[in-house]
Amino acid sequence: MDSIDILISILGSTIRLSIPLIFTALAGLFSERSGIFDIGLEGKMLAAAFASACIAYLTNNAWAGLGAGILISVALSLVHGFASITNRGNQIVSGVAINFIVAGLTIVLGQAWFGQGGRTPQLMAAGRFGEIKFPYAEELRGSGYLGKFYADVISGHNILTYLAFAAVPISWWILYRTRFGLRLRAVGENPGAVDTAGISVTWLRYRAVICAGILCGFSGTYLAIAQSAAFIKDMSAGKGYIALAALIFAKWKPVPVMFACLLFGFLDAFANFMQGKQVPGIGEVPVQIFQALPYILTCILLAGFIGVAHPPKAGGVPYTKER
Amino acid sequence: MKKSLLTLLAMAAMSATALAADIKPALVYGTGGKFDKSFNEAAFNGAQKFQQETGIEFRDFEPTGDTQGEQAIRNFASKGYNPVVAVSFAWTSAIEKVAAEFPDTKFVLVDSVVEKPNVRSVVYAEHEGSYLVGVLAGMASKTGKVGFIGGMDIPLIRKFECGYEQGARAANPKIEVFQNMTGTTGAAWNDPVRGGELTKNQIDQGADVIYAAAGATGLGVLQTAADNGKLSIGVDSNQNHLHPGSVLTSMVKRVDLAVYNAFSDAKNDKFTSGLQSLGVKDDGVAWAFDDNNKALITPEMQAAVDKAKADIISGAVKVHDYMSDNSCPK
Repeated sequence: MDSIDILISILGSTIRLSIPLIFTALAGLFSERSGIFDIGLEGKMLAAAFASACIAYLTNNAWAGLGAGILISVALSLVHGFASITNRGNQIVSGVAINFIVAGLTIVLGQAWFGQGGRTPQLMAAGRFGEIKFPYAEELRGSGYLGKFYADVISGHNILTYLAFAAVPISWWILYRTRFGLRLRAVGENPGAVDTAGISVTWLRYRAVICAGILCGFSGTYLAIAQSAAFIKDMSAGKGYIALAALIFAKWKPVPVMFACLLFGFLDAFANFMQGKQVPGIGEVPVQIFQALPYILTCILLAGFIGVAHPPKAGGVPYTKER
Repeated sequence: MKKSLLTLLAMAAMSATALAADIKPALVYGTGGKFDKSFNEAAFNGAQKFQQETGIEFRDFEPTGDTQGEQAIRNFASKGYNPVVAVSFAWTSAIEKVAAEFPDTKFVLVDSVVEKPNVRSVVYAEHEGSYLVGVLAGMASKTGKVGFIGGMDIPLIRKFECGYEQGARAANPKIEVFQNMTGTTGAAWNDPVRGGELTKNQIDQGADVIYAAAGATGLGVLQTAADNGKLSIGVDSNQNHLHPGSVLTSMVKRVDLAVYNAFSDAKNDKFTSGLQSLGVKDDGVAWAFDDNNKALITPEMQAAVDKAKADIISGAVKVHDYMSDNSCPK
């Protein structure tokens, strides 16, 4: 196996590992750009994973699972909105509350319904999003590196993977080329000005958190019924927080968000691959070093290369109309 | 004086009823969760069997973190549960402490050793069982490459890997063995996504039989192998039924037996402390053969693995134990 084959294998793995991060970071993008900090991304993703696995198991239909995931995630977004927009509560507290509730509730409900220790039953093929093979992928695999790249990196993922990459330009277009996007960005910088123009700050922010909910629904569904075949307790495993880090890393811009997520995914895939391998000149490097590598690199990149990241100015501040 | 005599009498009467009454067994799982379809579930099945046969109820606890085990064990002991069975090497120091605090309670530790007069330690010769499935993997592999995915990176899991590698090499001296560990914390027992990703990685490198010794993480390994049309090997419980036709076999470790024996020995007053080591010859570890994998095991493979088993029992083949010197012969 030569180095280009290895690279292709790692790139394929990178894409699979990046998808939940991309969806979640875009969710955070919509919410935070409107001035609502969303630390509850993790919880929404987990809830969506649980709901999609349950419904996909009951209906044996992956699309029904996706619908359920989105529905529950939007519902949680509205709770976050109700607490932090309508009632002007602390956004961090509300988000953390969502994370805690979901982490506990999914296990309790899973145990009560299925009796498998918080796990949902394994799904059959129809209940999952299967791999999509692009035309001629198998034929081209043998014909050089480009063919292999086409077969293993471009082809052979599930529909949600392609949707994630489609979501990036769509998000960019919505944020930068539509009236709604302009107002959404404005409300995150200066809600007073938006209000003066006669536009409802509350309704704008609600729409932003609903967008976040939909995207978190996709990421949770991907975890449970595309990447795996069941819900497992705590399966989001901190991905919501990593997505937040990617968002800061990318300075709240959609296309850089995608690259930041791909970078995190690549480091993860690279760490998986490098376990137990000989490094020229050093010998076998302990597994732990590679597992720590993504975090070390994040620190270095954040501290040394990215520069100051300015969050939206009105982020985290509940809007109060002047009396 | 009179009063204290009365108290003494009352206490004697109470302890008499306690003797006559049934035992109160308790079970503390490892952190992978009770229904991991693997290690912890095997322990649960053993306890369940005891309950069905005797009608004696048991209490169990699923610690979700490394710090909860000691609490749970102490809690059971202080409430008068006896015997208290803890499955997982992670509770070694916990048992050591709590067993000293409650000298009259009987403790059983699975997968690790604590030398105390009231502790029975049950360990398995996983290297022998892994050797057997390694022989099967070596014969079943068409690419000459097989994989191993471990849970947490600890000597015990290296012991599985080392036995497996030796078995695969015995079947095919030129075989290449890939190995990956899922992580270095308890979370590594419950991370099927990473397990699946590591599996895909090994498949991309050419492996076509992959052995998972990783608790619930293994579910992701078996799933990915099935999705990609490769073979996998389950662990601890018989996992052949999870993906019939894709799971080549399972390295069955009779944790259920350890739990069942602990409970029934305590009930029949035959409890012994000290070390119990269960190997291939005691059927403490074995390879699983049933209707689900019948089609995958050729007569030659069966003959080879039966021979390997006989050789291990007779001593003709000595499988190196990684934990004896923390290294694996290449």
